[in-house]
Amino acid sequence: MSENGAGKQLSRLEYERKARRRSLIIAGLSTTAVVGALVVLVPLAPGWPAVKNSFFNWEIFVRTSPTLLRTFLLDVAIFAWCAPLIAIWALVIAVFRDTRSPALFPFRLFAIIYTDIFRGVPVILVVYLVGFGIPGLGLPRPWNSPYLWGSVALILTYAAYVAEIYRSGIESIHVSQRNAALSLGLSQSDVMRYVVLPQALRRVLPANMNMLIALQKDVALLSFIGPVEIFRQAGVFKSLLANFTPYVVAAVIFLAVTVPATRFADTLISRQNRRRS
Amino acid sequence: MPKLELQAVRKSFGDLQVLRGVDLTVAEGELVCLIGSSGSGKSTLLRTVNLLTPIDDGAILLDGTDISLPDQDPRPIREQIGIVFQSYNLFPHMTALDNVLLAPRRVHREPDSSLLPRARELFVRFGLGDHMHHWPDQLSGGQQQRVAIVRALAMNPGIMLFDEITSALDPELVGEVLGVLAQLKRDGMTMLIATHELSFAAEVADKVCFLHAGVILEEGRPREIFENPKEVRTRSFLERVR
Repeated sequence: MSENGAGKQLSRLEYERKARRRSLIIAGLSTTAVVGALVVLVPLAPGWPAVKNSFFNWEIFVRTSPTLLRTFLLDVAIFAWCAPLIAIWALVIAVFRDTRSPALFPFRLFAIIYTDIFRGVPVILVVYLVGFGIPGLGLPRPWNSPYLWGSVALILTYAAYVAEIYRSGIESIHVSQRNAALSLGLSQSDVMRYVVLPQALRRVLPANMNMLIALQKDVALLSFIGPVEIFRQAGVFKSLLANFTPYVVAAVIFLAVTVPATRFADTLISRQNRRRS
Repeated sequence: MPKLELQAVRKSFGDLQVLRGVDLTVAEGELVCLIGSSGSGKSTLLRTVNLLTPIDDGAILLDGTDISLPDQDPRPIREQIGIVFQSYNLFPHMTALDNVLLAPRRVHREPDSSLLPRARELFVRFGLGDHMHHWPDQLSGGQQQRVAIVRALAMNPGIMLFDEITSALDPELVGEVLGVLAQLKRDGMTMLIATHELSFAAEVADKVCFLHAGVILEEGRPREIFENPKEVRTRSFLERVR
């Protein structure tokens, strides 16, 4: 009886191993087929030599990479000071939006109008209006910097989105949590600060990771008002060398940052799901 | 003077009259059980006492003072009234200990030097000494509910309200939570308990109130209510749940 059972177990394991190997082989073959087709077919297109030369020129790739990488540091810097300011300003807006007291209604109204406006206008327009408009007031030197006002434009826009994400998190906290906290005699603001917000912010962390990744890319929009960051520098190279490869380099550099960031966000999400279950 | 007195309390949600003139007294140190079918208004009644639900008419007196007036700050009143809910409602992002410490720290500004020993003693007294630093999701339902009781007790309330606190528990965990209530009764705590645990009510209650369709139809000592109910509806309710 027991020998028979052991034999069955062995054959089950054997079967599973075979099935696993089979699916690996199928996946490998189909991937090779698709990639092979692309590699063989695309170069057969009549315009391929021209496209290859102007987008995938290895010599230009190597020549422009160091400078582009250096200018990318400016993107990273802009991102690095914008992200925390967005997080804070968005939280202020979200909390304003959630106030119930009539005395604070003006703040609530402000938050509603604010999110409506900045979510409703394309980022590039805000960058233009704030980035050119405010320095145009004739402000003295450090205050007319396009870095400053370009960053402000990004912060204003992104905070509107992030505030809505925060708000969805705040509203996702069940009313029984608020009631439990209120019943202990906590004030409305303490309930928000110690009970609702800590849970809400944790819950929307994955959504905010996506906003961070989007922000990292949108930093390139500042190139339209002056700062020579990677996108602008790629444009300069394009004009200089009459070749689009620098844009491909820029894309590769962006991907080198955003892909790991996306994977990190995914890890966060799955870790959070595991903890909750 | 009773610890808590409800006078002709009325509450409607839209067209639905949930409380239709409830009169109820709870004396100092008394354990009063509210029984009645689901939807009879037990939870609403407890929530009005805690001011989570404002009443439409009537009065709620705590130590002789009307706490139901709409123009007063509910916070100092809620501090004196502990409530424990069916679904525990622990704060999931805090350890059991932090759940208990939050309100005394924030509301009473009690220093940790006196608060921590007091909290530890409460945990130990209710058999939770080993679980102070656990997160709510690491605790069983019965343990979570006992932490919720400790959390309410840490504010030193003068009266405790319990809203069907064993209804969400697995049957084998009900006993440990009811044990806590019996312990509190021995300590002299004033308690108003909405419950479906009739044998528990029969055993420990000083008074049992049968709530039906928003009014207290019958009240009395547990023996009177359970063995010799006067009202037909009380009788049929008891027959149905037994």
